[in-house]
Amino acid sequence: MKTDELVEFLSIQVEPVKATYLRRTLWLSLAVGIGVTVCLMLALFGVPTYAFDAAALRIQAVSFLFTLSLVAIGARFLVAVARPGEPGYKALLLMGLVFLVLLSAGLIALTLSPRAAWHAMLFSPQWSMCLICIPLFALAPFAALIWVLRRAAPTHPALSGATAGIIAAASGAAIFSCCIPGSSLPFVTVWYGGVILLCALVGAVISPWFLRW
Amino acid sequence: MDIRSLETDLRTLMLAGLDGDARAHRTLLTGLSSHLRAYFKRRLARIGRGEADAEDLVQETLMAIHTRRHTYDRTQPLTPWVYAIARYRLIDSLRRTKASSKDVPIDEHVDLFVEDDTGAVESGLDLERLLARLPAKTRRTIQLVKLDGLSTHEAAARSGSSPSAVKVSVHRGLRALSLLVKPRNPR
Repeated sequence: MKTDELVEFLSIQVEPVKATYLRRTLWLSLAVGIGVTVCLMLALFGVPTYAFDAAALRIQAVSFLFTLSLVAIGARFLVAVARPGEPGYKALLLMGLVFLVLLSAGLIALTLSPRAAWHAMLFSPQWSMCLICIPLFALAPFAALIWVLRRAAPTHPALSGATAGIIAAASGAAIFSCCIPGSSLPFVTVWYGGVILLCALVGAVISPWFLRW
Repeated sequence: MDIRSLETDLRTLMLAGLDGDARAHRTLLTGLSSHLRAYFKRRLARIGRGEADAEDLVQETLMAIHTRRHTYDRTQPLTPWVYAIARYRLIDSLRRTKASSKDVPIDEHVDLFVEDDTGAVESGLDLERLLARLPAKTRRTIQLVKLDGLSTHEAAARSGSSPSAVKVSVHRGLRALSLLVKPRNPR
């Protein structure tokens, strides 16, 4: 085939493309993924009936602030990294900062409490639930984001996958915290922050398989 | 033509194409194909591969540019976006043929646009064979629109179907074509 013929072919019907198309598709797919996960949560745990006292409410606010800011910043970065070429790395630094803030807060909370309480703080009974449920709840949002990325043109597949992993795990963690909230700041740091990073790693490793175009 | 005015021209065409201007889109793709050809020929010549391989890459890249138009950020310059796609396609092609990405020097997006080359050869793809594989109705519609240059409405009237059916047919044909131009294993 001659290249001119191909060009002719590609110009038969040129549909207009909205400037916001990529961002909108990404958020819409993420919303679908989160919707599926909420259904999964309701099926597994039922409607959350947890009674929050003041201290639990504070921890819950921190978990939400942490996870939702990761989702917001991550989605912003994902739109950039889904395009071919070099993304700006400011959002990536910002995400690192969010982790750093949580880590410092967790460490400060740990040093302020007696040593004897550390083990109970870090390994309160829900830790294994976090380890299982956050990745489980991340599955649907992750699949949705990969679906969008496959239609885009990421030239950094591992970085795109890691970002998708962070967004998916952070939204999974936000949903998870509604039914089984974290009990202390250090707990949230280790079992939310840590598991989210783990999901980022898995995303980085498996995504290059899905993201060839 | 210097790179800055080239950027301005190409970007104007791209923006018009994104707004649905088919003629601007065709001019853009034609303009890009000669730059892409010069770039790929130069890169492939270093590892002793020929013009037909370069033409395959030109077509794969044009196809990627066309099907992934929505990943272009209108606030950014166009040439780095095109270069990123071309480079990705080149590395992918070398990987498929067991050469390594070390064969692709780190250059800049301007390197893609310093030369152009209009000496097109045929790629290994057979358009007639592709058309033959499509359902008869789709093929007829595509021929009306493409070869006879009819508008969607005229083609619909001629083939006795609705304009939206014509659009669907053309869309299917393009989809089949994009699958064909997809990166293949080395022949």
